[in-house]
Amino acid sequence: MTLSYDDVSVGQTLSELKLPAINRTTLALFAGASGDHNPIHIDIDFARKAGLPDVFAHGMLSMAWLGRLLTNWVPQTQLREINARFAGITHLGHVMTCSARVLEKFEKDGERRVKVEIQTANQYGEVKILGDAVIAL
Amino acid sequence: MIDKCHIGKTFPTHSVAVEAGRLRFFATAIGETGAIYSDEAAAQAAGYRSLPVPPTFLFGLEMERPDPLGWLNEVGMNLARILHGEQGFVYHHPACAGDVLTFETHISDIYDKKNGALEFVVKQSRVTNQLGEHVADLKTVLVQRNG
Repeated sequence: MTLSYDDVSVGQTLSELKLPAINRTTLALFAGASGDHNPIHIDIDFARKAGLPDVFAHGMLSMAWLGRLLTNWVPQTQLREINARFAGITHLGHVMTCSARVLEKFEKDGERRVKVEIQTANQYGEVKILGDAVIAL
Repeated sequence: MIDKCHIGKTFPTHSVAVEAGRLRFFATAIGETGAIYSDEAAAQAAGYRSLPVPPTFLFGLEMERPDPLGWLNEVGMNLARILHGEQGFVYHHPACAGDVLTFETHISDIYDKKNGALEFVVKQSRVTNQLGEHVADLKTVLVQRNG
């Protein structure tokens, strides 16, 4: 059941995580739960004053989903790093899929580790987050 | 322009107690159904002292400081024009409900691209727990779009 270093090969993909479409409730709950009360994500009046058509999703919501993808694969205690670059805005109505692929196997700090590429993309295939994570196996 | 004199600016040290109820709320908000993230007994059976802090929730705990967005004005940024550019976490020790985490935060870099059309502020936090253990390091890159 426990995943071992030798079981993992470069290029292998992790099970995808498919999320429900993002709506205003998703963002309100995430704002309250995460503690990120930036009004650009929850207050349409603020967003319009900022010249935007509407509120948009927290980058950290998608990053939290990527965290779920990784801890579905290995116990959280094996996670060493997560790095994300927010490449595009995730909007209301987007249906996101989180995916990951093993990039590299290596040893560091006396541990055998793998680096995986992580990404989120919407239903149109537009990539919104690109990044990587390091996991000890 | 965001004045580069703010490179090295340190934030007041911020300590926050990790509450189990809040972790359950966070798990609900992100759709996390793994038992260890909401059920104390399941977490302990998996070897945790209590509910583990999910990987990215440290970002939210950093924002529990008083007036968490107030520093943006202080360094000349405008909330309405800011995007989250990058976020990184490096993990050293698990954090759980019941812990008191301390965030030591500073601005490590400020730079611009495209002749100032995009300005970047890099903020880093070192997180330790009540035992003095080094829990994690956070790195946030914020981008301000000008013009």
